[in-house]
Amino acid sequence: MAKITYIEHNGNSHTVDVDNGLSVMEGAVQNNIPGIDGDCGGGMSCATCHVYVTEDWFDKLEKKLDGEEDMLDQAYEPKKNSRLSCQITVSDELDGLIVNMPEKQV
Amino acid sequence: MIKTDALIIGAGPTGLFTAHQLKIIGLNCEIVDNLDKPGGQCIELYPDKPIYDIPAIPECTGEELTKNLLNQLKPFSINFHLGERVDQIKKKENKWEVKTNKDKCFITPNVIIAGGVGSFEPRKFSPKECANFEDKSIFYSVKNKKIFEGKTVSIFGGGDSALDWAVELSKKSKVNLIHRRDEFRGAQATLDKVYELQKSGKINLFTKYQLKSVKGNGTLESIDIEHENKEITNLKSDYVLGFFGLIMQLGPIANWGLNLNKKTVEVDTEKFETNQKGIYAIGDICNYPGKLKLILSGFHEGALAARACFKLAKPNEKYRFEFTTSSKAIKERLGVKSD
Repeated sequence: MAKITYIEHNGNSHTVDVDNGLSVMEGAVQNNIPGIDGDCGGGMSCATCHVYVTEDWFDKLEKKLDGEEDMLDQAYEPKKNSRLSCQITVSDELDGLIVNMPEKQV
Repeated sequence: MIKTDALIIGAGPTGLFTAHQLKIIGLNCEIVDNLDKPGGQCIELYPDKPIYDIPAIPECTGEELTKNLLNQLKPFSINFHLGERVDQIKKKENKWEVKTNKDKCFITPNVIIAGGVGSFEPRKFSPKECANFEDKSIFYSVKNKKIFEGKTVSIFGGGDSALDWAVELSKKSKVNLIHRRDEFRGAQATLDKVYELQKSGKINLFTKYQLKSVKGNGTLESIDIEHENKEITNLKSDYVLGFFGLIMQLGPIANWGLNLNKKTVEVDTEKFETNQKGIYAIGDICNYPGKLKLILSGFHEGALAARACFKLAKPNEKYRFEFTTSSKAIKERLGVKSD
């Protein structure tokens, strides 16, 4: 289990416990946190679970798969520290992870 | 005005198989989809990705699945209304009157929403002022390439659409190609061509840049693009093209008085009917306890919704369950010989 903090674009912050094995996207959707849509259900094919990961956490995460960067091309305002939250799997090591949401997903 | 037993909204796998189920039990149907081809997410999002969990098909791509579903519909005559979006739905006595954005009108007792996560719309630029120039100087698809002749066109994106149009338009226009990173995901052959055209000065390539703002009074004059390192470059541009793929929007469905849960529609699990009699929701767009967003679930939901349609389409007849292996009536509909 990991405590994950989701910060909306307007600054609203939500910290929730997410079970190991779930994705960061699922953690948001299951806890009704606004700002992450996850339209395709985690198939890396829609770019509506886009988040910005704070610098110190970014390098600690598992590297992106090939297709993720391609999908991020289509995300709303992608940056260097952009990730698709469906591709980040929660584990104890992610306890304290902070992700920021873009202004919108589409 | 088109009269039909059932109108299916969405030509993805769920919508296509539901058409099959309706025809098998002797009902007619029409299908509307906002995309210009059938297949839904399978065709638009992952045509080449293999799917491994379709019963009895160990592996097939989204495109193959769509082809097979269309093959299965071959015995039947079904009208597809592609490139049209259903906008309005109104109760007319005990039927539904459904209108598309192209003013087509259907009258039917049964409306089956198989709309996935909504209709596909192009993903747009983020600077707000872009909306003022949309369909005048800023486009998300090319309808008439002649307007670009002799002009400066700035093209954004890293996929095949962006690369193909950069190559094509560079013949008669000054082209800037702008992408957020160094790698492109389009076909290598096209990419090689782009680099070649860059060398010969036909295409100006800007990577690690994104659109920052657009300038102009009524007509577009120039755009500012921002490098990853925050440096800003101004480019004179008559036209801007954005190719960022498609997104799914629930769209007008949200205003039809249906019980919604986030972007999904609440249904029962007997008929997959919504809170409105004669309106069903199946596939990814429906929601009920235990819902799985799998193609196979959509097939099941469609089969049951089709049976529910029978009662409203033929109120004076009794629906009798039959197997395709033994039913003479079904075999006739399929155009195959009975034993």
